[in-house]
Amino acid sequence: MSAIYLIGLAVLVAVGFLFGLARAAATARSGPLHSRPPYHGVFVALGVLVPMAALYVIGVPVGQRLAESQALAAFDLGVIDDLKRSAILRDVQAVLAGRFAGDPGEALRRAAETYASVRWIANGTLLAVGFAFGLLGLVLSLRSVSAPFRARTHVERFINIVLFASATVAVLTTLGIVMSVLFETLRFFERVSPVDFLFGLQWSPQTAIRADQVGSSGAFGIVPLVTGTLLITAIALLVAGPIGLFAAIYMAEYATPRFRAFVKPILEILAGIPTVVLGFFAALTVAPSIRGWGQALGLDVASESALAAGVVMGMMIIPFISSLSDDVINAVPQSLRDGSYAMGATRSETIKKVILPAAFAGIVSAFMLAISRAVGETMIVVMAAGLAANLTFNPLEAVTTFTVQIKTILVGDQEFESAKTLSAFALGFVLFFFTLTLNVIALQVVKRYREQYD
Amino acid sequence: MRARYRAERRFQLYGLVAIGLTGIFLVIVLADVLFKGLPAFTQHQFVFGVKVDAAEIDPNNTRKPDEIRAGDFQALVRNTLRGIFPEASDRAARRRLDGLLSSGAGDALRDRVVADPSLIGQTVRVSVLTSADADLYFKGLGTEITRRAGRGTATPSDTSGSIEIASTVTDFASDGTLTDAEPSQLVAINGGVVKLTEIRGNRAAGEVLLPLSSAAAAAPGSWQVVTYVTPESNRRVGDREVVWLERLKEMGAVRSTFNWRFFTAGDSREPELAGIRGALVGSALTLFVTLVICLPLGVAAAIYLEEFAVKNRVTELIEVNINNLAAVPSIVFGLLGLAVFLNFFGLPRSAPLVGGLVLALLVLPTIIIAARAALKAVPPSIKEAALGVGASHQQAVFHHVLPLAVPGILTGTIIGMAHALGETAPLLMIGMVAFIVEVPHGVTDAGTVLPVQIYLWSDLPEIAFQAKTAAAIIVLLVFLFVMNGIAIYLRRRFERRW
Amino acid sequence: MDVMVHPIKTPGPASAAAAAAAPDSAKIIARSVNVYYGDKHALKDVSVDIPERAVTAFIGPSGCGKSTFLRCINRMNDTIPIARVTGEIRIDDLDIYDSSLDVVQLRARVGMVFQKPNPFPKSVYENVAYGPRIHGHARSKAELEEIVETSLKKAGLWEEVKDRLSDSGTGLSGGQQQRLCIARAIAVSPEVILMDEPCSALDPIATARIEELIDELRANYTIIIVTHSMQQAARVSQRTAFFHLGVLVEEGPTETIFTNPSDKRTLDYITGRFG
Repeated sequence: MSAIYLIGLAVLVAVGFLFGLARAAATARSGPLHSRPPYHGVFVALGVLVPMAALYVIGVPVGQRLAESQALAAFDLGVIDDLKRSAILRDVQAVLAGRFAGDPGEALRRAAETYASVRWIANGTLLAVGFAFGLLGLVLSLRSVSAPFRARTHVERFINIVLFASATVAVLTTLGIVMSVLFETLRFFERVSPVDFLFGLQWSPQTAIRADQVGSSGAFGIVPLVTGTLLITAIALLVAGPIGLFAAIYMAEYATPRFRAFVKPILEILAGIPTVVLGFFAALTVAPSIRGWGQALGLDVASESALAAGVVMGMMIIPFISSLSDDVINAVPQSLRDGSYAMGATRSETIKKVILPAAFAGIVSAFMLAISRAVGETMIVVMAAGLAANLTFNPLEAVTTFTVQIKTILVGDQEFESAKTLSAFALGFVLFFFTLTLNVIALQVVKRYREQYD
Repeated sequence: MRARYRAERRFQLYGLVAIGLTGIFLVIVLADVLFKGLPAFTQHQFVFGVKVDAAEIDPNNTRKPDEIRAGDFQALVRNTLRGIFPEASDRAARRRLDGLLSSGAGDALRDRVVADPSLIGQTVRVSVLTSADADLYFKGLGTEITRRAGRGTATPSDTSGSIEIASTVTDFASDGTLTDAEPSQLVAINGGVVKLTEIRGNRAAGEVLLPLSSAAAAAPGSWQVVTYVTPESNRRVGDREVVWLERLKEMGAVRSTFNWRFFTAGDSREPELAGIRGALVGSALTLFVTLVICLPLGVAAAIYLEEFAVKNRVTELIEVNINNLAAVPSIVFGLLGLAVFLNFFGLPRSAPLVGGLVLALLVLPTIIIAARAALKAVPPSIKEAALGVGASHQQAVFHHVLPLAVPGILTGTIIGMAHALGETAPLLMIGMVAFIVEVPHGVTDAGTVLPVQIYLWSDLPEIAFQAKTAAAIIVLLVFLFVMNGIAIYLRRRFERRW
Repeated sequence: MDVMVHPIKTPGPASAAAAAAAPDSAKIIARSVNVYYGDKHALKDVSVDIPERAVTAFIGPSGCGKSTFLRCINRMNDTIPIARVTGEIRIDDLDIYDSSLDVVQLRARVGMVFQKPNPFPKSVYENVAYGPRIHGHARSKAELEEIVETSLKKAGLWEEVKDRLSDSGTGLSGGQQQRLCIARAIAVSPEVILMDEPCSALDPIATARIEELIDELRANYTIIIVTHSMQQAARVSQRTAFFHLGVLVEEGPTETIFTNPSDKRTLDYITGRFG
C-alpha cells in the first residue's frame, strides 16, 4: 500500500511540476511573468505534495489504530492492559503472516480477519482519498498559474516554513528529553517517595526485584550517588583546574604564535579522544598503577578507586577548561593590560592582579561547564569506577555515580515497569536538570561577560 | 626587584609545566594504547602438512561443497598435531595439546578444500590458527628461558616416564622439591626434554615431557639445563605447552602473519577469532543515518537562524536551546532514544537506525553552530550584491551565501561526525551492546559500533581481549585522526580572506 | 594629479536646462520620507524629485543620511531588521512602499552599485549573467551571451575582459571590479542606478574612468550617486542634494548649489567649514 501511495505521490508531483512549468511557459509567450516558470512548476508540485503527504502521515496511523481496535473488539475483554493488548496484536500479526505456531483459536482467527478487512478498507480509502486530494491540488494550483501570480513568493514561503521547522527540531529534542525523563520519573515517585529518593542514604535498587519490596524505603536514596559523583568530579577538577588554567594563561599571555600552533593541536587531540578510550586507559592502566603505588605505601586501595576515574576524567576536561579560559582571557581588553604595564607591573603581576580578576566570571563559568561535563560523563566512570554505592569521601575507595547507575540499570534485560527501571529515569531527570542549571547559568555569565567587553 | 622577577619566572614555569603535563598525559595514553594494541595486529599460526582424510570430511565421497563444508576439519588439524607429538597419548595430555589450536583452526583448510575438492586425499600445507594463549606465548607473554650447558656427563635412567638424571658434577640448582611457584627447571638431553621435580646433589628426578632418543650418557656441553624463569603458576601456558611450542618453533612450523582476520571477522567469544568487521559496518551504517538526518536539518536550521529569523522570543528560545543542548550529557540522549524511539515509536532495539537517530540529535547542535559560523563568515556584501540585482532573499542565500559557506559547513560536519563516531554512552541505552556475531546488512539489523565493541571487549576477562580492545582503539583513533585531518585540510584549503 | 583636472563634458545647454527645470520630468518623487533605526531618527522628512536621465548627487558629511535615503529607493533598508521607513516614494507613479509590491521586481528596476566593489566570487561571465538569468530575461544561451556582452560594453569593460570571461571576477583590479559591478547592474536593464560612493575604494585613475562611464550612462539611465567628494559631485552631476544631520538641506542644479547655495549650512560645507 505504502509503496503504491508513495510512487503515485512521486508521479503526481512530477506531473504537477511539468504541467506548471509548461503552462507558465505558455503564458510567458504573451507577456512577462512575475515568477519564472520553474517556480510555477514547483508551486504546482507542492500543491500536490502537501495535501497528499499530510493525508498519508495522518491516515496511516489512524487506519492502523482503527484496525487494531476493531480486532481487539473481537475478544470482548472489557478493560485490557497494555501488555495483553500488545500480545494479542502480535498474535494477530503472526496469524496473518501465517507463522502462528499451533492453533490460533476461534477468537484470534476472527480478530485476524477483522484486522485484515479493516486494514484493507482503510488502505483503500486512504489511496482513493489521497489521490483525489492530489488531483484536486494539482488542478487548483494549476489554475492559479498566470502572469501576475506570485509563484516564487509562495514557494519561498513554503521553504521558509521548512527552514523554521528544522530550527525547531532542537527545541523538540529538549522537549522530548524533558518528557521522557519527566513521565517515567513521576511514575517512579508513585512507588518511591521523593523524600526517600533525595535524602535516602542507601542505594541498592537490586532489592526491588521482589514484588513485596517494591518501594521499600532506603533502597533508592541517591545521597551515596551524589557524594560519589561529587567526589570523582572534585578529583577531576583538582587535576584539570590548575593545569587547564595555567595552560590557558600561558597560551594567552606568554606563548609565541609558533608555540601556540604547536600546543593547540595537542589540546585538540586530547579533547577528541573518545571517552571510551580514556575509560580503557583508566581501568587497565591508571587504576592498577594507583593500586600498586598504594600498596607500596601500605595503603589499601580499591581496584576501582575513585581516584583513578577522577584523575582520568581530569585529563578529559583539561582541554575543555583551557580552551574556554583561553577565550575568556583573550577577551580581556588590551587597554587593561596596558594600564597595568604602564604602572610598572610585571606580566605575572598584571595577570594576577588585573587579568584574572577581570576574567573571573568567565573562568568561573568555564569551570561550571567543566563540572557539568564531568558529572554527565559516562564511559570513564562506567569502566573505571565501581558499582557499589559507598557513602564515603575517601578517594581510595570505590564509589559509584549517577551515570554508572543509569547505565547499569538500563543495559541488559529490564524488568518492565519496575521501580528499578524507573529509577534510572529519575536519576536521568536529576542529572539533566543539574547539568542544565549549570549550563544555563554558565552560558548566561559568559554572555554577560562578552557583552561587557564588546 | 629580584624577588619580583623570580616570581615572574616561577609563574611562567607553572604554565609550561601545565602544558607539559598535558602533553605527557596525551603521550602516555597514546603510547599505552599502542603498546597494548599493536601485538594484536599480528597473529601466530602453525604451518603443517595436513592429510586431508576423506573419511573425516567426506565419508560418502560425494565431493559436494555442502557435504565437505560440514566435515570435521578441526579433527584433521588435531590429528596432525597429535602425529607430531605422539607421546601425548592420554586424554589429559591430548586435551592440553588440542588447546594449542584455535577452535577455528580448521577454517582455512576447509575453505581451501571446499574450493578445490581434488585436495581430498592429499597432504596439504596449510596455516592453522593458534589458540589465543599460544599466540600470546609467542608474543612474549610466556616466560624468559635461560639455557646453561651441562658441565658434567649426564646419564638419564630412561627415555620416557619418570626418570632420574645423574650428572658427574653438580649441574643442578640447590637441593629440594621443585614447586610450580618457582622457576621451572628442565633438562634438554638426547633430543628430549625432562622437567625436574626434585634435586639431590648431582642427581635430579623428573618427568619426561618430550621423549629422549636414547638413555645413553650425554657428554659435557651436549646437554643443557633449561630454566623457565616465570613460575608455572604465573603463566597462562604450562611447562608442557612451552615445551611443545618451543619444539614447534624449532621445527619452523610457527609463523607470524598480519592479522587480517581482525578486520574481516565479526565478534566472537574466542579472542583469536574475534574481529571488528561487524562493529565497523555498524559504525558506518549508524554514521550514515546520522549524516543523512543531521546535515540537512542542521544546515536548514542554521540558514533559518542566521538569515531569516526575525529577532523575537521564539528565535531567542531556539538559540538558547541549541546552546544548552550542546552541553546536555550524552547519556541523557540515550534515555531519550530509549523512551521515545524504542518504547514510544517501537523502533527495533540495537539497530543502527535508532543509534543514528540518537547521534543525529546529539550532534545537531554542533552542526548548527558550525554552519551558522560558516554562514556568518560570508561577507554581507555578497548578499547585498545579489539583492541589488533583484535576487530575492532566498535566492541570494541559496545561490551565493550557502555555496560560499560549504567548506565551513563541511568542516563542522566532519568534526560532528567524528564526535558521533567516538560516542558510546547513548548507544548503550538503546541496546547496541548485545553480543552479535553477524555483520549487519541494513540499518534495522541488530548491530554494534566500534566504541561499544571496545567497551564490550574491555569488560571481558580473557587477557587476549585486552590487546584486541587496544587494537580496536587504535583503529578508532586512526579513523578519528583521518577525519579531523580532512577537516583541518578543508579549513586550510578553503580559508578565504575577504 | 592631472586626473583631477580631467576635462569633464559639461552638460549641454538643453539637458542642463531640462535638469535644472527638473520637476515635470521627475522619475522619482519622494515625499516626507522618515527612516528610523530602532530609536534613532536617521532621516527626517525628506521630500525631493529626481529627474529622469540625469545624474543626481547626494552630498553631505558622514552619517548625514544620504546613504540611508539612497537605500530607501530600492528598499535595501528592508534587509536591516530594526529599520523602519515612513512616507512615500514613487517611481513613475509606482508607490514602492506599497504592501502589494514585490521588492524583487523593484530591485530589478532600480540597480545598485556599492561602496566597495563586491563581485561574486564567480567568473566574470557569471557575475553579469546572474541577474538576467534569475529574471528570465534571456530565452536562450545566445541571448544571454549577448546581454552579457552588451552590458560589459556599456560598462566599458568588454575590451579588457573579453578573453577571460571565465576567470574569477575577484581577480580583476579594483576599478575593473567596480565596472564589473556596474555591468552586473546594467544587465538586468534597470531604469534607475543607485551608486553608493562607488569610487571611495578606488585610485584616481580608476575613479576618472568610472566618472567618465557615469557620464555616458546618463543618456539611458536615471542615476543617483552618493559621494563624499564635492569635486566628484561637481564633475558628474546635474543636480545635487545636500544632506545634513538627517535633513535634506537643499537641492537644486549642481552649479547653483556649488556657486550660490541658499542655505548657510550648504555654504559652510562646500567651503570646507565642516564635514
